[in-house]
This record gives sequence, structure tokens and C-alpha cells, in this order.
Amino acid sequence: MGLLSTIKERIFGRRQEKPAEKPEIKPESKPEVKPAVRPEVKPESKPEASRPQAKPAVKPSDVIEREKVEVVQKEEKPVAEKITIGELHLSGCTGCLVTLADNYEGLFKLLDNYADLVYALTLVDVRHVPEMDVCLVEGSCCLNDKISVEELKQARAKSKVLVAYGGCAAYGNITRFCRGGQWNQPGQEAFVPISEVVDVDLYLPSCPPCPQAVRNVAVMAYLLLKGNDEQKKLATAYLTPLMQLAQRGNEACGCDLMYDVINQGLCMGCGTCAGTCPVRAITMEYGRPNVNRDLCIKCGACYAQCPRSWFNFDVMNNYEGIMDAIKGAMQ
Amino acid sequence: MDVLGNYKSVIAARSTDKDILKKAQDGGIITTLFAYALEEGIIDGAIVAGPGNEPWKPEPMVVSTKAELLAAAGTRYTISPNMSLIKEATRSYGLDRVGIVGTPCQIQATRKAQLYPIGMRDVDDKIALALGIFCMENLSYQALEAIVEDHCNQKMESVRKMDIGKGKFTVYTERGAVSQMPLKLIHKYVQPGCNVCLDYVANLADISSGSVGSPDGWSTVFVRSTKGNAVWDGAMKAGYFETKPMDQVKPGLDIVKKLATEKITKNQKNVDARKTAGLKADGTPKGLRNPYVSP
Repeated sequence: MGLLSTIKERIFGRRQEKPAEKPEIKPESKPEVKPAVRPEVKPESKPEASRPQAKPAVKPSDVIEREKVEVVQKEEKPVAEKITIGELHLSGCTGCLVTLADNYEGLFKLLDNYADLVYALTLVDVRHVPEMDVCLVEGSCCLNDKISVEELKQARAKSKVLVAYGGCAAYGNITRFCRGGQWNQPGQEAFVPISEVVDVDLYLPSCPPCPQAVRNVAVMAYLLLKGNDEQKKLATAYLTPLMQLAQRGNEACGCDLMYDVINQGLCMGCGTCAGTCPVRAITMEYGRPNVNRDLCIKCGACYAQCPRSWFNFDVMNNYEGIMDAIKGAMQ
Repeated sequence: MDVLGNYKSVIAARSTDKDILKKAQDGGIITTLFAYALEEGIIDGAIVAGPGNEPWKPEPMVVSTKAELLAAAGTRYTISPNMSLIKEATRSYGLDRVGIVGTPCQIQATRKAQLYPIGMRDVDDKIALALGIFCMENLSYQALEAIVEDHCNQKMESVRKMDIGKGKFTVYTERGAVSQMPLKLIHKYVQPGCNVCLDYVANLADISSGSVGSPDGWSTVFVRSTKGNAVWDGAMKAGYFETKPMDQVKPGLDIVKKLATEKITKNQKNVDARKTAGLKADGTPKGLRNPYVSP
């Protein structure tokens, strides 16, 4: 968790550049930083109160374990230290959860070596939201459903990294079009991206998200939490734009291509947006995307995939090494 | 990273295939590499800039034969959104190993699609060969029309070849006329997105190629990745190319480096200028978005 706050500081420009690798400093610096990062989003006291208490308690033990594992891991690779991942299912179609399984044997590899799945609809027999390192939240949050709101807040309080997993959680996606009256809950009509209710650390948009994307993020999250310094640096660089995406806002549409790419004078007509759109709402007309807004489901894939939404040379220039590393990790 | 990116070797080369050379812009490198890769089963098909429904307007196209490749050979100085087919090629076309050719920005997009496959399901490991072409800047189709029809005074449909070199944009017509205009006058037509591009020689491609640095009819080839190296070695062994060492050709690698440095320096300035493009109420500058910093 200390690392996460380090990244957050890097991104949002907190004062300390990098508290380096000093475990003793972290518990002290944390309570100062935290309230500043998440101010008045949640007026309710419960999650606020529980978080700063929970963290200093967890962190020191984290740090110690990490040091131990680096030695132990060399001898016995399997069952080494894994991170814990959960999936919270809110108002979504389960496509995101299926996507996780669409890694096929890769999923087993992930679960064998890198992550324990501690919470997921139908896959894990756990009723209440447990503590976890990474929580993938699928679906938007229905404000008319108290349990959804409560579970989401619990997930926030109990996870170190909260991921808006898929278009609905990140941007509302098709639930943005809900007007109520649908079977079998006609009274439910207020669906919001989860960042309206809780702070979100990382976005993984698109509908459905891509199995390889969640695989990469899982591997990187593992490296971030359990890896050595070099691996942490790589994982930080890799995850940074996805965390910045979470800060950009929770409204997405094919219109983003107009507002934030073409209007900004950044489009060069590569065609990525048209290629990535899951509903084929985008065609390239004379070198620029043309969005059929009646088809657009507001999943956010086109903008996130656009090479001119972000392009981080520090990661991309090492594409060969990173892809080999991920491939190697999955073997 | 150097302005020329990481590469294992650089060499001047020309295809040994007469059919390809007849249609090629310079050394026929891309067409020949794809022909070789198709022949050897390294790729099942390639996304190329095929003929469109207007003269000199390219249309992205998935090809799997040499005849189709030949129809797509040569440079069209306008955008072909090849990335728009990258997922489709693995779906409707059912390709397991896809080749793609693109400008540096399109190769950047390819790598982003592999590292951050947000909406690119099952694409990352199916990109078998990404070939890049040198690119200083690009034009919209309408801009190309203005250049050819207004400035060079030739009809688009009567043009046989367009070429950029030696500071001139040159149009050769079917009936043998040659029209030229100074390259300087083209700059106002360049698409704005090209002015923030920090890549000249497709640094992230497996193999990248372009005419700059080599004599007429030859191309400069950068072999960059492990994958690219294997393909290049194979094609060389199979006799698909004749080559000359880069230090023995004129004008040589220096001109490539010079142009790359010029482009990147100029565009880096443009990127930096975005930071202070506007003005806030308190008198401090207001910035435009910088894609290299955050989304």
C-alpha cells in the first residue's frame, strides 16, 4: 500500500516525490497524505474511519514479508506469496467476469502463481466482501439498491487497489441509458459509474474488457506488491496511465475522440479507434473517425486505446521486453 | 532512446523481384517482406493500404496473395487507417498471424494495442510482423487533392506516381508529364496530429524501411526486433533482397539521422508549446493536453 500512495503522489503531485524504500517512514506519512487525497467524497464516516486505521496496521507486516520472500522464492517458486484478488459484481452483465475466465489456461496460471481469487460471484464461495489487495468491480452502481452501495463501500474500505473493471464500472456504459421500468426491477433506474460513490484507483475500460488487459494488470499488480525494486518500477510505469485515466472523469463516449483528440489537434488518422470499438460504431471517413452516436454504448474503449490519448515512451519503448516478461510469467 | 530507435542492423536493400520493383515506390522492401512472410507461413495475411474507390485514396485491406500485395504496392501520400482492421483481421478474416504495415504512429498504436489491449481482445499475440515506414508528416486526402490538382495542376486519376525527394513533391502522369512543387509549400496542408509526432523511422516496428539515406531505387532498412531479425535473415537467405552496406551508399545514414533529429526537435517544441498555448485569468499560461504525459 505504501507503493500505491507513492504512485498516487507521483501522479497527483503530492509534495514528497518518492519516500524511497524506507518502511519506517511510511506509516507516519500515510495519515497525513490520505485525508488530503480523498477529501469530501464520502460524508459518511464509516469507511473513512476504518481506512486510516486499517492501513498502518497492514503495512509494516507487508514490508517484512516482502523482504523474506525475495530470499525464499528462489528455492520454491510455487505457492510463494500471492496477491489477493476479488471481483465485486454490481450492475453488469457478468461479461467482465467471463472475460477473466477467457484467459483460459492463463487464468489457472494466474491463480496458481500470482493471485488468489478470494471473492467472486459463483467462482468463490464467500458471501461477504473480504480484505483483498486488488478488487475488480464489475458493473455500475445502482443507487436505488442499498446493498450495492454498501458492498461497494465495503470493497473500497477493504481493498488496496480498487479497479473499475469494464465499461459499466468506469463510465456507466449501457447502464447510462437506463430509464427504469425494466424487468425484473422496474423501480431501479439510477445507475452511476462507481467513481460517483467511491474513489477508484485504476480504470480498465471497454465492453467487455480484454482478457489480456486484465491479465497484464494482474501481473503488474503482483509485481507492484510483491516484486523487487526494478519490477516495482516497471509495474508503476505500466499502471500509471490507467490510474490517470481513473482521474480523468467518469463520462465516456465516442465523442471523446472529437473533444479530446481531433479538437485538440492530435488525431493522425491511424484507425485504432475504429478497430477497437466493440460495437462497430466508428468508421474512418477521409482519415478521421466518424462516430455513429446511436450505436455508441459509452464504454470508453476508443479513447483509452487511442495512441494519442496517452503514449508513455518509457513503457512502450520496452515493448519487446515487457511482452516477453508477461509471456514468460504465464508459462 | 536515440532518434533512430533501437536496431540490430541497418542496410541498404532492394528487392530481387522484378514484378515488385516495377510497382514499388523505392526498393520494394515492404511488399517483398510480406510476400516472403506469406510464402513461409510467417503470416496468414497482411493489413496493407490497398486501392480505394477514389484515385490515390488508399483503403486498408487484408491481403493474402502476392497479386493482392502488388495491387497495394507503392506509396500513397495520404492516410490509410490500417489499424482499423487489426481486430477484424483476427476475427472475420480468421488470421492467427497478422502482418501490418504502418507509419510510425500506426506502429506506436500497434504496440499500445499489444501492451494495453483495452479493447483489443485476443489481438496481442497475433501480430506476427509489424513493418514500419519512414514518415515525416502526412496529408489528408483533400490536402493531397489540393496539392496535385491545384498546385501541380494534374488530375488525380491521371497520376502514375507521386514522390517526395530532394525538397520537391513530384507528380508523374500516365502520359509522361512531370509536375513539381517545393516541399516547403506543403507544410500548411500537413495534418495537425503529425506536428506532435516524435518518431521518424518507426522506432517500434519489427523492421522499418524508407527511401531516405539510400540511392534511387533502393531503400534503407532498419532491422529492430528479434522477430524482425529472424524474418530479415530468412528473406536474405532465400535471396529476396540484394543489399549494400549502409556506409558504402550515398547519401547514407547521416541524412536519416539529420532528418529524424530535425523532425523530433521541431515536434518536441510543438509538444512543449502546448503547455503554454493559452492564458488563465491570473495571467499564468493555460495548457492543451499532452498525450505523452497523461490521458
